[in-house]
Amino acid sequence: MRITVDPGRCVGAGQCVLTAPDLFDQDDDGLVTVLAGAADAADPGDVRDAAALCPSGAISVAAD
Amino acid sequence: MSTEADARTAAPQCPVAFPLRRPGRPFPPPEYATYRGGAGLVRSELPSGPVWLVTRHEDVRAVLTDPRISADPSKPGFPKAGRTGGAPSQYEVPGWFVAMDPPEHGRFRKTLIPEFTVRKVRELRPVIQQIVDERIDAMLAAGTSADLVESFALPVPSLVISSLLGVPKVDRDFFEDRTRVLVRLSSTDEERDKATQALLRYLGRLIQIKQRRPGDDLISRLIAAGTLSRQELSGVAMLLLIAGHETTANNIGLGVVQLLTNPRWIGDDRIVEELLRYYSVADLVAFRVAVEDVEIGGQLIRAGEGIVPLIAAANHDATAFAAPSEFDPERSARSHVAFGYGVHQCLGQNLVREEMDIAYRTLFARIPSLTLAVPVEELPLKYDGVLFGLHELPVTWK
Ligand code: SF4
Repeated sequence: MRITVDPGRCVGAGQCVLTAPDLFDQDDDGLVTVLAGAADAADPGDVRDAAALCPSGAISVAAD
Repeated sequence: MSTEADARTAAPQCPVAFPLRRPGRPFPPPEYATYRGGAGLVRSELPSGPVWLVTRHEDVRAVLTDPRISADPSKPGFPKAGRTGGAPSQYEVPGWFVAMDPPEHGRFRKTLIPEFTVRKVRELRPVIQQIVDERIDAMLAAGTSADLVESFALPVPSLVISSLLGVPKVDRDFFEDRTRVLVRLSSTDEERDKATQALLRYLGRLIQIKQRRPGDDLISRLIAAGTLSRQELSGVAMLLLIAGHETTANNIGLGVVQLLTNPRWIGDDRIVEELLRYYSVADLVAFRVAVEDVEIGGQLIRAGEGIVPLIAAANHDATAFAAPSEFDPERSARSHVAFGYGVHQCLGQNLVREEMDIAYRTLFARIPSLTLAVPVEELPLKYDGVLFGLHELPVTWK
């Protein structure tokens, strides 16, 4: 599973952090980041939920 | 013939009344289900002209994320709900970023995002807790009955946002009165203008003071960041004050009623999300206009046509939420659009969640004998506002 985030689209609503706190974080500017090394261990269901809930389409998931 | 063309002809030609909610009837209006099951989009008439009401969850999300659909009220055809149909003047305030499209919107939003991250909002818990406790102390000290809207649901969010912004507590009444004018559908343009001007004048002075004597508050931090002009700062501060308190107040009040009539959910972690979905207090908040021809749910919307995505209709769509008229915190309600969707999705949503959570936990823990003082059917609901809620919530305790 490949998770890409686009901080340029992020509107900082924090849905991703609420959905998958082990995977996503907000940096000092409040924009989405993926926590280092977390992608491999992430629950695919949580990742899909986070991508679907993100209001700005800043999170994309691709199967690898 | 394509299904799209079928859907188009199925849209009723005769416009339906707006808003659809009426005193003495259930909320959300029963018509929402009819329209969702029919064409999904229906024509309605506002003082400013015809609009499309959008009712399906999928379609509402599509409206709120489509770049061909604008949130900018200066665009031709933008719907106006005021009785006289004039432009709500607060939309023209510099810094009123809910009424802007990207990329302009992004400049304001980005400045504010760091103030409302999940982490930052969690740090505010002790502040919220203290405010909630003080309000309950005051209620208990005053007797064994109260109007919970007046003494709890309204002051809590109002004090929280004032404290976050750095607005003195003593000025709360001033803000509440002016805000009430701005969220009432029946306010005249003159009333709106006056309230807006009064708020901006006050905030302009407050910003001046904070420029000289900064404090540990959001306005002072925005001044220090230096990215916004003084006028823009006043507008942003006013927007946050208004957005931050009536909405949350209505959520808190309605939620208390739900929990009083359904006490088995008191203390459950999952109530907040379901309450947000269930009541959808911001049903009529997200007005839009098409700036290009766009197709939504099989319906062609022409450039210049107004659009009102109905938040409560989307949140009660059975294709998104099973048995939507049941209050069921066990469901996964997170895909609700109570905070909107797209780039304008509520910036303060996590603050709202914390406030609701702390308010219910503390209220029912500290006043376990809390009961409604009137039958549920007699509670005065707000049918005349942009926001759905309660005018009053009479309660008693032992
Ligand atoms: S949910 Fe989307 S918009 Fe919100 S913080 Fe995460 S990436 Fe950004």
